[in-house]
Amino acid sequence: MTSKKIRVLIAKPGLDGHDRGAKVVARSMRDAGMEVIYTGLRQTPEMIAEAALQEDVDAVGLSILSGAHMVLVPRLMELLRQQGQDNVRVLVGGIIPDEDVPRLKELGVVEVFGPGTSTKTIVDTVIRAVGGEPAHT
Amino acid sequence: MSLVERVLAGDRLALARLLSQIENEETTGLDDLAALYPHTGDAHLVGVTGAPGTGKSTLVNKLVMHMRQEGEEGGDADTMIAVVAVDPSSPFTGGAILGDRIRMRDLAGDPCVFIRSMASRGALGGLARATAGVVQALDAAGFDVIMIETVGAGQAEVDIARTAHTTVVITAPGMGDEVQAIKAGILEIADILVVNKADIPGADNTLRALRATLEMAKPERYVPSLPQQGDASIERGEEADSWETPVMATVATEGEGVAELIQAIEDHRRYLQASGEWTIRERGRIRSEMEGLLRDTLAARFLERQPDGRFEEALEKVLTRSLSPRQAILSILDGEDR
Ligand SMILES: Nc1nc2c(ncn2[C@@H]2O[C@H](COP(=O)(O)OP(=O)(O)OP(=O)(O)O)[C@@H](O)[C@H]2O)c(=O)[nH]1
Ligand SMILES: [Mg+2]
Repeated sequence: MTSKKIRVLIAKPGLDGHDRGAKVVARSMRDAGMEVIYTGLRQTPEMIAEAALQEDVDAVGLSILSGAHMVLVPRLMELLRQQGQDNVRVLVGGIIPDEDVPRLKELGVVEVFGPGTSTKTIVDTVIRAVGGEPAHT
Repeated sequence: MSLVERVLAGDRLALARLLSQIENEETTGLDDLAALYPHTGDAHLVGVTGAPGTGKSTLVNKLVMHMRQEGEEGGDADTMIAVVAVDPSSPFTGGAILGDRIRMRDLAGDPCVFIRSMASRGALGGLARATAGVVQALDAAGFDVIMIETVGAGQAEVDIARTAHTTVVITAPGMGDEVQAIKAGILEIADILVVNKADIPGADNTLRALRATLEMAKPERYVPSLPQQGDASIERGEEADSWETPVMATVATEGEGVAELIQAIEDHRRYLQASGEWTIRERGRIRSEMEGLLRDTLAARFLERQPDGRFEEALEKVLTRSLSPRQAILSILDGEDR
């Protein structure tokens, strides 16, 4: 019997303080049947790319509140490409100014979620992005 | 290059992919694992088990850091170390939050360290069904030491004792009394017993109690003098034919007692090899792995050959108490159910 699970890395890059939002998202992904690798606060893009590789995740979810997304995300995308992890889908949540959203998507980010996005939307987007089965709710 | 060749050449991306295939029990992955099997058998498999929150991940982080540090006692910059950390899957959704990496951030960026988180996926013995296969692949990939952190259900996690060469059981002060420890069977599987969080008041009592309990729990062995805290390298004699489980104190957050623990792990490896127990354990492990496979494979093949509903029919009879479970199975096997 084979069983493929969606594996997602939830990371909190940058120096800003809390990871409440990231934890809520992690829990809702678990409740949707995913395996969520949770790495905690203050992750560098290098740490995130390395963990994504070792854990062979389908997707990486970044929670960024610090405003440093235009530094962190390009660096992460570059590392993923260099390491041959082109198949890993990247999603960003947090406080991202509207004008930055298209720029992030140009870099290859699948979706950007602002504050107040429902966890169901996030979960459904992840499932669609990795080409998995729709969540049964 | 094939995936197997890439894994043998040290390609980490290939290794990570292979581990997923093994975890998902995909045929290609299991075939690749078979191809890698001749390259296994060299790694020292160290199990780390104990109740939730006793500090297993924190201690693994410090152990690996120390082992990787040239110049530290027991440290060597050439040692390749893998960590397999198992966390529980939710029985309701099948999902999991794997959080052991949070405590292992000091290991990030070290090209000789590879950490893999696994969900237990319904297995109850503290490991996932695929953990043994994942460990074999890491062994073939050239890791010298493989640390396996179990779920930490607090119950006898016998799977780890069967999988690892050296089982380190972690407790902490105030984790329940010694009688509970015996009931849970942790003393029987412990090759090394650690009281972590020794900075917490009451640690001395826990240490004392565990040492006393250990003498009771292993009555077949006369223990003249138990090693004292931080004294694991106590003389055992070169031809020591029995191992006296040391009880050691650590403060994982501060790294206290970590050097001594590494020494004890190394002592245990030497003991296993010198006494021939390494081979005995290996034989036992492989035997139980093969027996389990035989059971699963036979059952699957047999059920495949049965006409649909045969098993269900027998199940109904057991439900109505007209057959016992044993009678039902025998009747299916004998092909005569009435
Ligand atoms: N005071 C003290 N706290 C510690 C020590 N070691 C670990 N901790 C703390 O104990 C908590 C649990 O540590 P972990 O390493 O996550 O424990 P664990 O056994 O891996 O936990 P699970 O994987 O969830 O079963 C953390 O808050 C650690 O900081 C110690 O030696 N002393
Ligand atoms: Mg842990």
